[in-house]
Amino acid sequence: MGRSSKKTRRPSISMDDFLSDFLVRAVLAGLGVALVAGPLGAFVVWRRMAFFGSTLAHSALMGVALGLLFDWNPVIGVIVICVIVSLALAILRTRSRLADDTLLGILAHGTLAIGLVAVAFLETVRFDLMGYLFGDILAVTVVDLIWIYGGGIAVVAVLIAIWRPLLAITVHEELARAEGLRVAEINLVFMLLMALVVAVAMKIVGILLVVALLIIPAAAARRFSRTPEQMAIVATVMGMLSVTGGLAGSFGIDTPAGPSIVLAALILFGLSAALPAMRRVTQ
Amino acid sequence: MFPGPNRGGDDVMTGSQSALLIDVRGLHVHQGAREILTNVDLTIGTSEIVSLIGPNGAGKTTVIRAILGLVEPSAGVITRRPGLKIGYMPQRLTIDPTLPLPVSRFLALSGCAGGGRRRAVLAEVGAAHVWDTALSEISGGEFQRVLLARALLREPDLLILDEPAQAIDVNGQAALYEMIGTIRDRRACAVLMVSHDLHHVMAATDRVVCINTHLCCAGTPDTVSRDPSYLELFGEHVASSFALYQHHHDHHHDIDGSVIEENAAAEHQHG
Repeated sequence: MGRSSKKTRRPSISMDDFLSDFLVRAVLAGLGVALVAGPLGAFVVWRRMAFFGSTLAHSALMGVALGLLFDWNPVIGVIVICVIVSLALAILRTRSRLADDTLLGILAHGTLAIGLVAVAFLETVRFDLMGYLFGDILAVTVVDLIWIYGGGIAVVAVLIAIWRPLLAITVHEELARAEGLRVAEINLVFMLLMALVVAVAMKIVGILLVVALLIIPAAAARRFSRTPEQMAIVATVMGMLSVTGGLAGSFGIDTPAGPSIVLAALILFGLSAALPAMRRVTQ
Repeated sequence: MFPGPNRGGDDVMTGSQSALLIDVRGLHVHQGAREILTNVDLTIGTSEIVSLIGPNGAGKTTVIRAILGLVEPSAGVITRRPGLKIGYMPQRLTIDPTLPLPVSRFLALSGCAGGGRRRAVLAEVGAAHVWDTALSEISGGEFQRVLLARALLREPDLLILDEPAQAIDVNGQAALYEMIGTIRDRRACAVLMVSHDLHHVMAATDRVVCINTHLCCAGTPDTVSRDPSYLELFGEHVASSFALYQHHHDHHHDIDGSVIEENAAAEHQHG
């Protein structure tokens, strides 16, 4: 994992001096991902979909392989595979007696194994497996930034548009259906948003840690929120603090960037959990 | 021909019985190979309070879900009056503790009526004081009132209530049934409710429909309480005394045990 500083001074395709600094690109990429991960992560926590998110993330490597095979941007390959995995899960749920977490485990690790085998076949391509598994935020390109911000703005816009129905479905799906909401369609849109966020966030913290960026800031935000919207915003702020703190730590003491960001989020979560207890002690 | 998953009761077949809000004929519902409902008929007229009773596992909730279009009948016809608006109060609603949700926001999720209207409806069900309180912090009785308020926000012609009095103490139950009657009188809406509580059902209902996967009997509370199939289903002593306690369920199906029901069943055995 200690790959952070080796390839950093590579000439970039940036036109702008500002963006030519790898650290600036890294911070911008991280903040962009934190921006969408906040509200989306809140829904993942409310809907108890952490393991589902993790399954999508595990399958992402297969998507990357697919992208390389057809010469697509990896983001597109990841979205295609995420959609296939979600459909497979929906079918398995109706056809199988196995519990949801078993099905998710089968899909997560099965697709990861397929992905690992598939990329092994693509030996002609210089393939940075560690970068995909643990993130490679210091190697973010301007093209990646465009994906992150383009995708991020699209995700936030769609999320705002479906906010009320999605929240209503999260609270009680039958009631929402009885009230005339198009539950299946909205759930599908939400799944696509998750796929898109997994695809763009993968570059930052990697396949194995991407769900952490969704759920840890949201979990840390719970205590400080009285409404769903507050929780989404606080989660975003927590995510941004984690990215900044993690990158600062990574730059200062040369730790791997992706795991450092998750570690910063974990520290924030710990503080948020300990804060009320500390307050009680001082009173 | 069945209505598909409905959009709040807007899609309908035009029937000749325009006085009826709902006309269910020969409803069958299957779940896999298991038949949950066999040949159930049910009608609901304007401003009528209809109670659906039966032991646990009798398919009461399934009847409601079929009327709401949430479950597809395997046979039978469900006719809704054109333009019928249904307000639905589901049986159980557990809010994930990670979701911070004040009552005011919960009501806003219905997507109808403005803030002022929502406040007024919450006052109508006697729960104005919980407007700003988190849903996770209100009592069982307040919760049921909030759910009722959400159903009323749709200005329904028909209220469908799935065990509205659950998780409420005995005094609170009486108050809630009384309020349902008041709401019917004021708004002239019909009410279809599922209930376990024979005592209140008999007192606060125009018509009772008793099912046990099939239709057992239907009619006024008086008629039903003398019907042989009703007496067989609920036991003669319970039925004839209009049970002070909730009736004793068919234990083969009794899996849904909320605490109140278990207590009631236990008390009943002593009495």
